[in-house]
Amino acid sequence: MNFWEYVFTPSFAYSVIRVSTPLVLATLGVVITSKAGITNIGMEGVMLTSALAAVFGSAFSGNIWVGLLAAILCGIAASLLLGYLSMQLKVDGALACIVFNNMAIGGTVFAMYTVTQDKGNTISLHSGSLPQIQIPILKEIPVLGEIFSNHNVLSYAALLLTVVICVLLSKTALGLRIQAAGEAPQALSSVGVDLKTVRYTALGISGLLGGIGGAFMSMGYVSWFSRDMVAGRGFIALAADAMGNSNPVGAVLSAMLFAMAEALSFTLQTTSIPPELVQMLPYLVTIIGLITYSIKKSRSRSGKSIVSN
Amino acid sequence: MNDALLKAENILKVYPNGIVANRGVNFEVQKGEIHALIGENGAGKSTLMKILFGIETPEEGTITLNGQEVSIDSPKKAISLGIGMVHQHFMLVDSLSIAENIALGHEPLQRGMFLDRDKIVKQAGELAERYHFEIDVNRVVRDASVGVKQKAEILKALARGAQILILDEPTAVLTPQETRELFVELTTLRQEGYTIIFISHKLKEVMEICDRITIMRHGRTVDTCLVKDTSPEEISRKMVGRDVVLHIEKQPAKRGDVCLETRSVTCENVFGKRVLDALNMRLRSGEVLGVAGVEGNGQSELAEILFGLRQPSSGEVLIKGSRIGRLNPSGCRRCKVAYIPEDRMRIGVAARESILSNMLIDKVDRYLRGPFLKEKEMNRDAEKLLAEFTVLARTVDTPAGMLSGGNIQKVVAAREMTEEAQIIIAEQPTRGIDPGASEIIRRKLLELRDKGAAVLLISADLNEILEMSDGVIVLHEGKINGYFPDTTALTEEELGYYMLGVKKQSRESVEAALCG
Repeated sequence: MNFWEYVFTPSFAYSVIRVSTPLVLATLGVVITSKAGITNIGMEGVMLTSALAAVFGSAFSGNIWVGLLAAILCGIAASLLLGYLSMQLKVDGALACIVFNNMAIGGTVFAMYTVTQDKGNTISLHSGSLPQIQIPILKEIPVLGEIFSNHNVLSYAALLLTVVICVLLSKTALGLRIQAAGEAPQALSSVGVDLKTVRYTALGISGLLGGIGGAFMSMGYVSWFSRDMVAGRGFIALAADAMGNSNPVGAVLSAMLFAMAEALSFTLQTTSIPPELVQMLPYLVTIIGLITYSIKKSRSRSGKSIVSN
Repeated sequence: MNDALLKAENILKVYPNGIVANRGVNFEVQKGEIHALIGENGAGKSTLMKILFGIETPEEGTITLNGQEVSIDSPKKAISLGIGMVHQHFMLVDSLSIAENIALGHEPLQRGMFLDRDKIVKQAGELAERYHFEIDVNRVVRDASVGVKQKAEILKALARGAQILILDEPTAVLTPQETRELFVELTTLRQEGYTIIFISHKLKEVMEICDRITIMRHGRTVDTCLVKDTSPEEISRKMVGRDVVLHIEKQPAKRGDVCLETRSVTCENVFGKRVLDALNMRLRSGEVLGVAGVEGNGQSELAEILFGLRQPSSGEVLIKGSRIGRLNPSGCRRCKVAYIPEDRMRIGVAARESILSNMLIDKVDRYLRGPFLKEKEMNRDAEKLLAEFTVLARTVDTPAGMLSGGNIQKVVAAREMTEEAQIIIAEQPTRGIDPGASEIIRRKLLELRDKGAAVLLISADLNEILEMSDGVIVLHEGKINGYFPDTTALTEEELGYYMLGVKKQSRESVEAALCG
């Protein structure tokens, strides 16, 4: 078996982009909240509930775009709920997120069972999936066309949103305020800007991104919802955010790295390596990535402390 | 200059924990004056300012602005009324430039949604120029000095249309040069008709720059008077309700054996810059050795190395003549070294723990009966310390973090300055605390010196260095730039020259005098 024969193929590159889509969207969502000073552990639950909302929305309306809209609205609502719990009701942020994630796992199964009488998936609903897009001209080019054309519309959206979030954070007043909210909340208050408003806005945008990510899971990746289908992607997004130091480009690149490991694990499942081991790969890479990052950071941090002293 | 611009009458503020911070407080400022608010820590100055800036709301009392009664219920409201505040801890975003910090909250936009960076810089630059602030608005706050950060804060308030500026202990963090610059700027602002409320502990500064002064004590306003009609002695009497001796009487030092010695101690930061450069010094029992220097010339590193919190890159530290190898804080404590750290909130005390725990934590061994603590004895001893150091607290169970700065420092002092301490490393022991608490701590240091302890006093307060020390070393760029075995004829000006490196003694002569 030649390992590299699996990796250096256009179809591998294509699958990296495909599996990276939900990771990139979730990562952007985590980045914008962590810039605003919120550790968004709830991304996992936000994506999961949105994935189900997408299926219900499109199945009941018969329109896939309504499904996407339902996912987005659900994501925003879930994200704002987390903000309400921690900012208004003063629940510990991490605890609120953990509870919400657990509730999302159980709650989605409950809702699914109520509607479809099935506890495993919603295949019976025939909810459909979002279209794949052929890019004119590009699709004609060999290799490049195979890699970059014919992706789900949301994969292209993820790319576009990466740019949008970069611009939002670095070029707009909201971006400036989000940065201040994360770094020096008291500085914001001192100039009369309401901290909560800024954080709610960041959470709303994060929910929107998580919602699109969730919709991709159930309307792009596959065309149904299944129990716990987000499978830790929300948490991997947290890792990508940490590795990218909350810089959107760095975080998205980290997310791509994790996506590569995931794509690799699919490819390797066809080989004689035990599948249980192979399935560990994306998570293993995440841990290695985080350790590398923290070593790097602790080095530069110790340097800083000496200088500032 | 007769009508009050801003007036607070009969203010009563009781915090939820029952502490009455302000009672029957009357305070008024007139347009175009610099008005000092002075008082001990815990006297209620900060509370009063928080009320005027809308961070706290009073239970009773009225505030009038230009004769109109106003209710200031949020900082936002205060800003809209033209009141700006420069906090002691700067409210700036470190990773943004000064111009961006000034623009934050009312950012100029282009094409409706994008930040207009040119305009941000231009507006900030114009603002700085208009008030003659020498400042590079493109500088990122993280890289700016404390003095520049403070200017940025003042500009921030001015940019929001502040007519009344509240400065909370603005000079506590500044070098003498920066302080002078600040005073020039404040005078300019006064000429332009701005009103400045200046909170301070330093009588000398208050006398220099302020027009009027309001003195607070125990949550009440004691008196308001014209600075030119009063004297430092009178102010300090009104502040603490007793006469503070501005000059401490002390016996001449009886220098004994060398207690603490450094041999070629060098400390490098990650960039290879020498923060301490082959430092040789000796500290003898029975003396107070002052360490003067502009902040960041190796003082903190020296203190941390001597207490084992930081390892030198090379060189060694000898305690009572013996090599200790790798120093650590517990080893230092066993050698009877005591440490009063500069950062009292983070290193000095455990803020959530009780006063008792903070005072006795290093002496727990003494209160053991089997695995249990002798709580009654601990209580008794803690109460004794509470009284001895006049810590203002209801009980010894009060969390240390609830106390005011001066009282927290008294708790640290009560723990560290025991009879057993033979070497005391005191790092900025009285910075930012009121004269009463400062005096107690200084007296105690001298008392221990007279009993044979060696004291290393690192301080930014030159007055304190000159008042307390038997000998002084000046640190400049990690080297000892000057050693003065006798401080009686030494002046602040002279010390200043050595601190800035204008004058220096040769390494050989310093070492011959200090270590010979």
